[in-house]
Amino acid sequence: MSGYNFAYLDEQTKRMIRRAILKAVAIPGYQVPFGSREMPLSYGWGTGGVQVTASVIGPEDVLKVIDQGADDTTNAVSIRQFFARTTGVKTTTRTDRATLIQTRHRIPETPLREGQIMVFQVPIPEPLRWLEPRESETRKIHALEEYGAMHVRLYEDITLHGRVATAYDYPVRVNGRYVMRPSPIPKFDNPKLDRNPALLLFGAGREKRIYAVPSWTSVKSLDFKDHPFTIEKWEQSCALCGAGDSFLDEVIVDDKGGRMFVCSDTDYCARRREPTR
Amino acid sequence: MTPMPMTQVPLLAVRGLTKRYGERVGCLDVGFDLWSGEVLGLVGESGSGKTSVLQCLAGRLEATAGCADFFQRDGTIVDILRLPEAPRRRLARTDWAMVQQNPRDGLRMGVTAGANVGERLMAVGERHYGRIRREALDWLGQVEIPQDRIDDLPGTFSGGMLQRLQIARCLVTRPRLVFMDEPTGALDVSVQARLLDLLRGLVADLGLSAIVVTHDLAVARLLAHRLLVMKDGEVIESGLTDQVLDDPQHPYTQLLVSSVLQP
Amino acid sequence: MYVAVKGGERAIEEAHRLLADARRGDPAVPEITLRQIEQQLALAVDRVMTEGSVFDRELAALAIKQARGDLFEAVFLLRAYRTTLPRFGASEPIDTSDMTIRRRISATFKDLPGGQILGPTFDYTHRLLDFDLAGPDPGGETPSRQATPPADPLDEPIPRVVDLLDREGLIEAEEPDDDGEPVGDLTREPLRFPCGRAARLQNLARGDEGFLLALGYSTQRGYGRNHPFAGEIRLGEVDVELSPEELGFPIAIASITVTECQMVNQFKGSASAPAQFTRGYGLAFGESERKAMVMALVDRALRCAELGEEPVSPAQDEEFVLYHSDNVEASGFVQHLKLPHYVDFQSELVLVRNLRAAAGTRPAA
Repeated sequence: MSGYNFAYLDEQTKRMIRRAILKAVAIPGYQVPFGSREMPLSYGWGTGGVQVTASVIGPEDVLKVIDQGADDTTNAVSIRQFFARTTGVKTTTRTDRATLIQTRHRIPETPLREGQIMVFQVPIPEPLRWLEPRESETRKIHALEEYGAMHVRLYEDITLHGRVATAYDYPVRVNGRYVMRPSPIPKFDNPKLDRNPALLLFGAGREKRIYAVPSWTSVKSLDFKDHPFTIEKWEQSCALCGAGDSFLDEVIVDDKGGRMFVCSDTDYCARRREPTR
Repeated sequence: MTPMPMTQVPLLAVRGLTKRYGERVGCLDVGFDLWSGEVLGLVGESGSGKTSVLQCLAGRLEATAGCADFFQRDGTIVDILRLPEAPRRRLARTDWAMVQQNPRDGLRMGVTAGANVGERLMAVGERHYGRIRREALDWLGQVEIPQDRIDDLPGTFSGGMLQRLQIARCLVTRPRLVFMDEPTGALDVSVQARLLDLLRGLVADLGLSAIVVTHDLAVARLLAHRLLVMKDGEVIESGLTDQVLDDPQHPYTQLLVSSVLQP
Repeated sequence: MYVAVKGGERAIEEAHRLLADARRGDPAVPEITLRQIEQQLALAVDRVMTEGSVFDRELAALAIKQARGDLFEAVFLLRAYRTTLPRFGASEPIDTSDMTIRRRISATFKDLPGGQILGPTFDYTHRLLDFDLAGPDPGGETPSRQATPPADPLDEPIPRVVDLLDREGLIEAEEPDDDGEPVGDLTREPLRFPCGRAARLQNLARGDEGFLLALGYSTQRGYGRNHPFAGEIRLGEVDVELSPEELGFPIAIASITVTECQMVNQFKGSASAPAQFTRGYGLAFGESERKAMVMALVDRALRCAELGEEPVSPAQDEEFVLYHSDNVEASGFVQHLKLPHYVDFQSELVLVRNLRAAAGTRPAA
């Protein structure tokens, strides 16, 4: 792609985004407003993640892009191609070989290492948006740590359903201070956020916010002491690799509604089946 | 009905409270001391300035002039008229409460009664569902709402019950100062008496201090130890409730008292 | 034997090929040229330039062609391109009182200095489909219309209606900020609340015309208490001037077409301030008259806080209007629903199944 800067964005814009990232890292879980640019992808399709990745990627990086845990879902392919064209960096499907991973809606099963960066695509950054549509008011609530209403929501769920009825994008408390939305990852993945060795960056392009969880930071899912946070479990194991500890996709295989369960994380599944690859 | 002051320092000491709306005067140079365990009534007709006083003290309006020294739980004194928003909101959630005339303004209509009562507990860090629920049940009992309504939405409650729910929601963190804006104003006459009795009981049991705005002298007589009578933004008479109502000195107070319909 | 689906890349390439074919349509039909779009679909070009925030007729025409006529998609293309353009300065504010006027009307006075100039407008046409415009068969000749020679543009500057009212003190004064503070740029910084009028007007200028039209309409129907009058609408060319550092004085670098609308609204008065008319302002590229008008209506509605009015209608809700006016953002987020969400859905499936199982075993409440 001639005529475009490395990673598409001009250097001024990258600098602006990096400043926002630094601020975000300094205040874990706090949403930093930034001047999101119009990108060649639609808003809602990962522009925030793409801008963060474009601002931190360097020629030596090895990039992995996943959507729903898979490397070859259409949007992951599209974004990976975008970066291949605008940076020329090496790309990979292997979590253990990547230095930079952009993800939509999943955290890989393979544990991350210190030095890796994971960039999350975020549709709605504000955990209080359901409670309060006005940005001016939610900013105050975060500043004053008035998070009582978040627990009201959990209380209601337990009262009505016997358990918290949030399955994904489950709110967390970061570093004991800010309440954050981890993006629509299943709650199954929430424990992976806690004290993760990698740097976790979150980009919301349309809403124009960046936030971060630095390495080794405490991230606790909101709950009650007598109704602690729990994750999904399946009776089945992966039909392809036999894993019993990964998030499973349900695949419908015939007209009669027959189904099988396979790992959502395609790399994890492939490694287990062919470890010498 | 005169309480003994429990400290040497008033809970709230107001001096020179003034609110102007452009040329118009909301309230002018209002001053009083409120002691721990005392209920003060602000009475007068609409436009007397009683609501301006309440709204300024509760932090909903910015006062034009004056000071209001509040004696905090930790022993320090702070001028609540000059308090920045953060500490003011914190006080509003913990040590103060505001009972609104229309209970719908003071409740979350979209969540259950239990959640309404439990919210302030959750806001100050209570994280045990069972304990929150027990407190909520206890308070529903105290305000005479049947406990089996705990999981109902407030939309299904009668006016009187809504007001009692609001009171429970306000009192659950045991605030020391309660602002009440026409607490029975939105209720049927038949329901008012019961609510007033409840309020009187709670105030006495919990040792609350309260500032009650009302145009209804019967409410004032039942709830307040002392009264400030206001007209056109100024305090024109003050004193013990019984004295002011039985032996009014100012002609306006005499007019007010004489125009109360006798049952 | 289940094999995990691969081939996302191939699928995308094929999709692009199909799109290119669909865009071209029947190869026997002559390919549309940018010049044709720019000249004969001029109002579409004007809209794309206005919402795309770039004045360049050819680029806008290209975007329309590439987008197969989908104007939302064209605006997106133009904006994405704009992101890559380097900036070398900011122009002086354009001076619409110095406009070469081609159309100028006012509803507030029957006659006024400069007169009512209708210019090219649909206003008084009868909306009857004109089959003469259907043209010849492909390859045939169109009988050429007698072109009306354009009238000479008016020479003297025409005073603004609002200036006439201003001289009598009948309309609220509008003073530009003199503090030398640079005006913020919504394409570089995020919107913050409360936001000033400059940021609001930028947002409205880029905002979707349909959305603003609905909001403006709502203010006329009682969702807002204002009766507006079209004080002045003017269309014409203005110079864009830049003061390069090396020269130290402004030079004209371009001439652009703009439409400006000033709405005059019901008077306000209080005990301390005398009754005066209030204003709403709209500005758009090209002949985008409807856009300029609705922008002025919504601008006025959003000024409620400044003017001491109680916000009671959606058009007066600043966060609601300004967060939802951008059709590129809106379109993206709505259409993102097409992306795979099967993992989130899987989580919901697990939850719903568990809830149903638990409900089956819980004692009735």
